[in-house]
Amino acid sequence: MTLWQIIIAASIAVLALKLLGYLVPPALLHKPRPARIADLLTVALLAALIAVQTLGSGQAIVLDARVPAVIVAAGLFALKAPFIVVVIAAAAVAAAIRALT
Amino acid sequence: MTRNDATNDDPTNDDANNDDPTNDDANASFEPLAVTDARNHRLAVRAGLAVGLATATYGVSFGALSVAAGLSIWQTSFISLVMFSGGSQFALIGVLAAGGLAAGPAAIASATLLGVRNSLYGMRTAPVVAGGRWNDSWYKKLAAGWLTIDESTAVALAQPTATSRRTGFWVTGLAVFIGWNLTTLAGALIGDALGDTRAYGLDAAAAAAFVGLLWPRLKRRQAVAVAVAAAVVAALLTPALMPGVPVLVAALVAVLVGFFNWFGPRTSIPGERMPS
Repeated sequence: MTLWQIIIAASIAVLALKLLGYLVPPALLHKPRPARIADLLTVALLAALIAVQTLGSGQAIVLDARVPAVIVAAGLFALKAPFIVVVIAAAAVAAAIRALT
Repeated sequence: MTRNDATNDDPTNDDANNDDPTNDDANASFEPLAVTDARNHRLAVRAGLAVGLATATYGVSFGALSVAAGLSIWQTSFISLVMFSGGSQFALIGVLAAGGLAAGPAAIASATLLGVRNSLYGMRTAPVVAGGRWNDSWYKKLAAGWLTIDESTAVALAQPTATSRRTGFWVTGLAVFIGWNLTTLAGALIGDALGDTRAYGLDAAAAAAFVGLLWPRLKRRQAVAVAVAAAVVAALLTPALMPGVPVLVAALVAVLVGFFNWFGPRTSIPGERMPS
């Protein structure tokens, strides 16, 4: 697969899922199980992505400057700091640690 | 459901800056209601624009990270225009950054699974945008579907009346769409100019962005349990599986916990045994 094919396939799939919500009967929403699974699916994927993005390096697990950066980010989100401030702070922490070590 | 038709208030031709309630041409006996409607409308517009502005700021990080992951500026902008869903976008470029083209199928699957929640949002917002102008034509559904994301759904459903919900949906969706795409392009240009993005900590910024998307969803015990378990599963499987696949396996945690409602409100009675 080329990069463009991957991008187009993923983009169309996500857009199609959005449109699906306008085509299916709303009765499905009142069933608690599909709604609950969809909600938790988002949580599980985001948490897994955090783990991989923080610890992964190809197929290896490494502890590097990203770990303290993510801890700082979580602390700032807990303090209700704005998204962009936290993202910049996390980048700054990682960049500073790499510059000093 | 069609109450919004009765109010005959077209959100698209109202003047959001019309602060003077005496300008309202409603019958005097209905004035208190009309004044409330105008205020609800104004609040919905304001909420939508504020959310649009806030979201736009992190379009910059998406643009920069996408270029850092190896995508071109065109490809980056295409994703923000067509996919237009932050979580899925970050997932796609995150998996591609880790695994390259070989991780393509896993990247598509991650982005798609993260987009499943938009279907649920659509089911909630379909009655919100129903009726009114263009009377449920296919292009209205297409536009509404395209703009159905966390932010437009949240702002719409937080409004008190049918009319202000509709206003909130369209204003937020359009404000985020315009802002997100402009700042994505800006971020891509910045990322392109930066060069070695690791030195600037952009890989850590990507992880922090995911933390920010996850944080508001951790209000319940069940969500926290799923998050912890999924993170552990993904980390443990990383050395064993191809990049991208551990994230997909971790998604099974949500299916299991959600199906049996483990850690859910109904099984949280003290002393009650968890099903195994």
